[in-house]
Amino acid sequence: MQKTRHIKPVRFIVEVGILVVIFTLVQYLISAGLLNQYYQINLASICINIILAVSLNLINGFTGQLSLGHAGFMAVGAYASVIMTNYMELPFIVGIAAACLAAALAGFIIGVPTLRLRGDYLAIATLGFGEIIRVVLQNIDYVGGPAGIMGISKMTTWPWLFASVVVTLVVIVNLINSSYGRAIISVREDEIAAELMGVNTTKYKVLAFVVGAMFAGLAGALYAHYFYIIKPETFNFLKSFDILVMVVLGGLGSTTGAVIAAIFITVLTAALQSFPAIRMILYAVILIMVMIYRPQGLMGNRELGRRTFGKVFGSLWGEEK
Amino acid sequence: MILMNIEHLHKAFGGLSAVLDFNAHLEEQELIGLIGPNGAGKTTVFNLITGVYKPDEGKIHFANQDITGLPPYEICRRGIARTFQNIRLFNDLTVLDNVRIALHKDVQYPLLSAVFRIPSFFKGEAEMEKKADEFLKIFHLYDKRYEKASSLPYGDQRRLEIARALATNPRLLILDEPAAGMNPNETAELMELIRSIREQFKLTILLIEHDMSLVMGVCERIYVLDYGQIIAEGSPEEIRNNKRVIEAYLGEEVS
Repeated sequence: MQKTRHIKPVRFIVEVGILVVIFTLVQYLISAGLLNQYYQINLASICINIILAVSLNLINGFTGQLSLGHAGFMAVGAYASVIMTNYMELPFIVGIAAACLAAALAGFIIGVPTLRLRGDYLAIATLGFGEIIRVVLQNIDYVGGPAGIMGISKMTTWPWLFASVVVTLVVIVNLINSSYGRAIISVREDEIAAELMGVNTTKYKVLAFVVGAMFAGLAGALYAHYFYIIKPETFNFLKSFDILVMVVLGGLGSTTGAVIAAIFITVLTAALQSFPAIRMILYAVILIMVMIYRPQGLMGNRELGRRTFGKVFGSLWGEEK
Repeated sequence: MILMNIEHLHKAFGGLSAVLDFNAHLEEQELIGLIGPNGAGKTTVFNLITGVYKPDEGKIHFANQDITGLPPYEICRRGIARTFQNIRLFNDLTVLDNVRIALHKDVQYPLLSAVFRIPSFFKGEAEMEKKADEFLKIFHLYDKRYEKASSLPYGDQRRLEIARALATNPRLLILDEPAAGMNPNETAELMELIRSIREQFKLTILLIEHDMSLVMGVCERIYVLDYGQIIAEGSPEEIRNNKRVIEAYLGEEVS
């Protein structure tokens, strides 16, 4: 089977075209006032949750390292960006850059010592570090202590959300579908065999952890500048579990699965608002049902991508293996 | 020329000395067997050479470099590759990806070039795939390149493991019971394969094997290990007639 690996110009233009159409459509709906506040908030939550789930999936799903501290990195990003925008009055882009850098640095500092641990030990260690971040923030008066920071200017708009999701997806998908990505996956498959085949497993675990943390920081920045207020309590371990639920529900090691699950969970949470009394019970029941009937997650470790579209739309997408 | 020299290697697990004062040397392009009864410490020796375990004492020199205590990936990069007694493939990945991961240490493009998909990425990937395909063709696995490693029949999995090890471009290939679980036909084929890859890649090969027809058939020199110590060394003919070896395998004669 002969196949080309280069970008097909036509396909590339069509794909960019689809993105432009989605972007413009939503932008039009918002500016024409057809999308009310409720839908807009949910849309923002969906975008932020997609970034969180996809980035955690890089760590948990592809690298196979069970991390329970993702909300901690989100907090680092949120606070770093707010310090830049609210305190220093710098533009939002600086805030976002600071959020990514600070979270990536936190990921590196936490990743290097903890990634020596395996399985449940790593889970406990990352859980602990996530909580440490939260407690540290609670005790810094500069960022408001337990009360957090209020009155953050709303800078997260649809273009920012859309661009952030696209960048996250492109970077992580491109990373995974490369030799570096295969090295990362080999760590999940068999760490000892990977090491003996010349893969520096520690390096790739840290790489995945840092990239994952960086995007969690991005999500934190978007969150802070959409919901006006951040406080340490928002980023506790329950938030980390929420993200983990999305990843497991979507299927460990499936980026499309993480996206679908992030949308599903966000919409489900929103829909259940109307039944406050039994909300959590319904939520739990739905999750249990999914796990019973699809224990490998909605997507397993498969992807919904060019190959699938290839079957539907023919050769334009078809040849990517 | 001596490729590898092992001196006074010692490894204990708790109170049990698994390898005791192990000395051996491997000549360039030699085919050497390491045999011994179950539990003699053969796999431990392999794990010490490849860096899975750190030796308590002793030195391992490979290609004039001291490699004692280096991490496994460093040892692999210096030219030692191995297979495993109980197959350790990347089960969820395709046959092709299994081999491509072994090629990763010589990856030709930087990380950012992968993220931004610039031309060097496509060029590097194309070369990698070509190289991987060459190995797969040698081992008759090319037609199965998109199959999951775990779905291959047992013999194919064994061969894929050797292909993957070869893809790291080693000077020394270490095979841990390559014929385990194979029928006589497959074993004979494997013998041929081992001989031919040695010629083609100018390899030194060290193998553990219980199948005596294979060991005696391909090995030029044999070390016999018992209770962590070498009890005999020599050509297949010498080993076959060595009294201590026969005792180790069959027990002493009752007089």
